[in-house]
Amino acid sequence: MSGYKDDSTNVSNGALSGPDRSHLDGFTPGLENPDKTYLDSNELIINMGPQHPATHGVLRVILKLDGEKVLGTECVIGYLHRGVEKIAENRTYTMFNPYVDRMDYCAAVSNGLGYCEAVEKLLNVEAPARAKYIRVILTELNRIASHQLWLGTHALDIGAMTPLFYTFRDREEILKIFEKYCGARLTTHAFRIGGCQYETYAGFEKDVKNFLTFFAPKIDEYETLLTTNRIWLERTRNVGVISAADAIALGVTGPVLRASGVKWDLRKAQPYAAYSDFDFEIPIGTNGDTYDRYLVRMEEMRQSMRIVEQAVNAIPEGPIMGKVPKVIKPPVGEIYHSIEAPKGELGYFIVSDGSTQPYRIRVRPPSFVNLQALDIMVRGLLVADVVAVIGTIDIVLGEVDR
Amino acid sequence: MPNFIMSYLDPKVAGTPGGAGNQFWALIYVLIIFAGVSTAVICMNWLERKALAHFQVRLGPMRVGPHGLLQPIADALKLMLKEDIIPAEADQFVFWVAPLIGLLAAFTVYTVIPFGPSQAVSDMNIGILFMLGVSSLGVLGIVVAGWASNSHYPLIGALRSSAQMVSYEVAMGLAVVSAILMTSMNASGTGTLSMIEIVRAQQQQGVWFIFKFFPLGFIAFAIFAIAMVAETNRAPFDLAEAESELTAGFHTEYSGLRWSLFMLAEYAAMIAVSSIAVTLWLGGWMRPFPNLLHAPAWDFIFSLFPGLTFGGLAAITFIGVVRMSAQSFFKIQRIGLAVFAALLGLLALVLLVIAIAGRSADTSVAARFREGIDYVYWFVLKVAVFMYLFIWYRATWPRYRFDQLMKIGWKVMLPISLGVLMLTAIVGVILS
Repeated sequence: MSGYKDDSTNVSNGALSGPDRSHLDGFTPGLENPDKTYLDSNELIINMGPQHPATHGVLRVILKLDGEKVLGTECVIGYLHRGVEKIAENRTYTMFNPYVDRMDYCAAVSNGLGYCEAVEKLLNVEAPARAKYIRVILTELNRIASHQLWLGTHALDIGAMTPLFYTFRDREEILKIFEKYCGARLTTHAFRIGGCQYETYAGFEKDVKNFLTFFAPKIDEYETLLTTNRIWLERTRNVGVISAADAIALGVTGPVLRASGVKWDLRKAQPYAAYSDFDFEIPIGTNGDTYDRYLVRMEEMRQSMRIVEQAVNAIPEGPIMGKVPKVIKPPVGEIYHSIEAPKGELGYFIVSDGSTQPYRIRVRPPSFVNLQALDIMVRGLLVADVVAVIGTIDIVLGEVDR
Repeated sequence: MPNFIMSYLDPKVAGTPGGAGNQFWALIYVLIIFAGVSTAVICMNWLERKALAHFQVRLGPMRVGPHGLLQPIADALKLMLKEDIIPAEADQFVFWVAPLIGLLAAFTVYTVIPFGPSQAVSDMNIGILFMLGVSSLGVLGIVVAGWASNSHYPLIGALRSSAQMVSYEVAMGLAVVSAILMTSMNASGTGTLSMIEIVRAQQQQGVWFIFKFFPLGFIAFAIFAIAMVAETNRAPFDLAEAESELTAGFHTEYSGLRWSLFMLAEYAAMIAVSSIAVTLWLGGWMRPFPNLLHAPAWDFIFSLFPGLTFGGLAAITFIGVVRMSAQSFFKIQRIGLAVFAALLGLLALVLLVIAIAGRSADTSVAARFREGIDYVYWFVLKVAVFMYLFIWYRATWPRYRFDQLMKIGWKVMLPISLGVLMLTAIVGVILS
């Protein structure tokens, strides 16, 4: 485990422009030398997590505090490690499909979409148009559900209890659609390699349209509680600022990157599924603070609704499965395919040795990469901001640890 | 009947028990208040969970008793039966004594709270000073608890709490002083610190101090109303026990009965500070418009309110009985709720009978009872509004950060309360 100084120079050749770190020269994280810090009466090492109400699962953050001020952080991850990537090597491509749902369990549909598209790319087959539209509808609904979950927990971390229950009430409607479509609510396993296994149920379009009319005023309802709330503004503005350059240097993607002013969304940049057919905006922020990330995600929910509306109105007829062999046996080769998951770029790197089982699968989870930015975002802030920033990065530990 | 019992019931010797030197009645009042406040905390516990749940599109407790009415009792039982844990590294004695300090401070305050002109334990001539002094002792319990736990999170919670309470006490005290200044707006020009006399001053001047020198009284009241939320560590100033940051703040290491004592102290303190606000600015035990609507007919109409309130509660409960599912599973709950409604109805009936029997403003025992019930009713109703506000705040607002809290306390509330104090003094001098 190396010290912070080394890390920062490694990441961007000293180009990080974040908060001043000069006072941290010579500081080594608490794990390496706990006795030294205990003797220093001015500094306090606090273990936040793995059991802590605000670390979104089992994230453990070691905080070095001067009073309430955060001098440094260190994330300890791996408490939810299940060896998903290793499991893949002992499963066929089809058998591994349900496992990816368990990574980011709040956005299982996106995980499945990324994996299926990656394998399809490897097989050189394409899903039929109808399947692509169904995929887009479900994925965007899942993006809304994921953002709702983020909003509720983020607000709860900052102390507002009520939005959590509102978002969960409305998220339920999306989960009902999932349940009707594929029988599962959370880990949906909605897609198959080559298309979708299930045809939409009777009334699917109606349900989706009903949800859209139901949900439009609900976003406004969330916003009345928070967007102009004085305490919310004070708690989120200029908190956890990350500049565009830092965000790019750290590999941060998704709403966190966009809130810093970088217009980068894989749905536009490298359109996959049927995204090139739809008209939607990519909301970006200016300051890269917690409030901007909040606004970006709120707007993303609205844009997702736009996409779903267009897709459900133009959903084509036709088959839902492409021409995929019964036994999936991709040619020797490797592929990297990434999609825009609700939390950022979700990539799958698959190496095939020509057998029915992948030689190696490496997942690039957005939460894992975005979590790196925690340290640079919270240095110099207060303890209360740490939970706000953890919430705003929107991590899911199932995905970080895999 | 011994003289010391009858003396207080005799209208000619009316006065506060302790103030009249009648230790027997003072003791009775202490017992009534202790039981009453404990019951109020239990009710508040249920009410907070229910109201908060309804804010948040939930039902809240529904299983233990009809509509969860027995939930607080079940919780209390559970907490009492839990294992008594004192962490090995904790300072045992201090850990043991900390919740008691908080509880003691919270309950001692009630000795000077006037529920009516004679419905108080004592009429101390430095009442408000005593109250502020004792209520600020509560912070000692929290600091000591955080220190004795010998753990990081409680320590940070305790430090936050002490800084917060000390800094908000200043603004709070200045707001209180401006209300006390207003009591001196009489012929003799002398003010008072006695809680009962403060209400009497509002009675004589014919205005609640919240409306006096508008908007000065209102601003002072608003400052107090904000500071008292911070003082009791409630949302949005609940930094000392900020769940999402410090797990449970100063009482992280506490469990079982000891933890429940902290909760009891917190809720008792909430009721106590609300009582101060009611006494200082909202006319204490006085009913609305005592001067405007002065006719005996109005007195009678207002004295029906307690009975009507309980009658309304009984009616709501009966509607609950009717609406309850007919399934056999709910049979016992339905009976229980019906009994509860009947009890409420009975109480309403008794109150109405007393109001009607004592309607003529003579000196009969019934009239004395009616008066006493009126005073306590209006006082408790005003306090209840504050308690509801506490719940409402918690459901609506996010939590302030520590530095923002201090900024508001020192840079916003303190200057405003100082300004209000000076303006009140100037206006008072000009007008007198």
